[in-house]
Amino acid sequence: MSNFFSGLLRLRRGPWEMVATILIALGVFMLMQPFVMWAFTYSFITTLVGTVMFIIVSHFPE
Amino acid sequence: MTETPLSRAAQATPPGVARKIRGLSDRAIAWIFVGPTIFLLLAINIFPLIWTIRLSFTDFKANRAGREIKNVGLRNYERILTDSDIWLNMQATAHFLFWTIFFQVLIGFALAYLINKKFRGNDLWTTIIVLPMMLSPAVVGNFWKFLYQPQIGLFNYIVAFFTGKDPSSFEMLGSVDLAPWSIVIVDTWMWTPFVMLICLAGLRSIPDYIYEAAEIDRASKLRQFFTITIPMVLPFLMLAVLFRGIENFKMFDLVVQLTGGGPGSTTELTSINLKREAFEKWRTGYASAYAIILFVTVFGLASIYVKALNKVKER
Repeated sequence: MSNFFSGLLRLRRGPWEMVATILIALGVFMLMQPFVMWAFTYSFITTLVGTVMFIIVSHFPE
Repeated sequence: MTETPLSRAAQATPPGVARKIRGLSDRAIAWIFVGPTIFLLLAINIFPLIWTIRLSFTDFKANRAGREIKNVGLRNYERILTDSDIWLNMQATAHFLFWTIFFQVLIGFALAYLINKKFRGNDLWTTIIVLPMMLSPAVVGNFWKFLYQPQIGLFNYIVAFFTGKDPSSFEMLGSVDLAPWSIVIVDTWMWTPFVMLICLAGLRSIPDYIYEAAEIDRASKLRQFFTITIPMVLPFLMLAVLFRGIENFKMFDLVVQLTGGGPGSTTELTSINLKREAFEKWRTGYASAYAIILFVTVFGLASIYVKALNKVKER
């Protein structure tokens, strides 16, 4: 766990990609879930932030 | 001097062209070859994408091209993401996506595993199984419509044979509960062979000596299946899921032929809804915002997926 946070602080690709992946997955789930409307409303911004983050952090060093 | 394909090509080049090319660097020649493709990519993919993003912030209507275009900011996005009907369309798409991929992977892998065993008529069975994939979705949609007919449809009679129900007592395409499953069945029937072919390629790429080594180590068949077959076929399976996931996310023709999005809007997938907004209601700006939302979703998912695929390949 501490490796994960130190990776985040040192701008390493692995942990940041993990964060971006979680955001995208969360966004897609929010978009298609049948439970609450507000999750649907905020799904696009979540996916967009995750996707843009993924494109940027995939250029970070290993 | 021996003649090589390169020297033959050099001889065939007209002197005028040869004189011009001789002065070019390798990099410049490479650009000449790649240039047309890049130009087409920019013209057909990138430019429309940028144009769509621009239109998504306007109230543009394609059927009233002369009308003044007003900038509406994020209002299109706001309206889409607070619309409960679109939320229902998304749920219908999620249902379709999840169950088609689930059944196609399960049945496709099982069929590939069976076909991979050496038996007589192996090739003939492969051809028969692959047939549905070669048909046009419009044709498949039409003939399944007949199969689903409550009075004359074969599907209802088969279900009635096994369940003892009256064939005309249920309507696959007309029932709110059954219609979402009817499109799942047809898509599974049509595209399982595709998943099977990819799995078959994966299974045939596993060298026999790995199984022989496992036999020597006295690994059981079940152990071999879970520690050799599944891990080595996994990248192929993931590729199949990626292809089918993206294809089914934009599924249109088959569902339009079968149900037209009905009854009500129970089978109205996002692509059908998007087409209605863009080309029936002519709300081009709104439909552009809708398309961008779908694009970002598919792009995000594909990014995760390619990353996962590379990880599995590295193992």
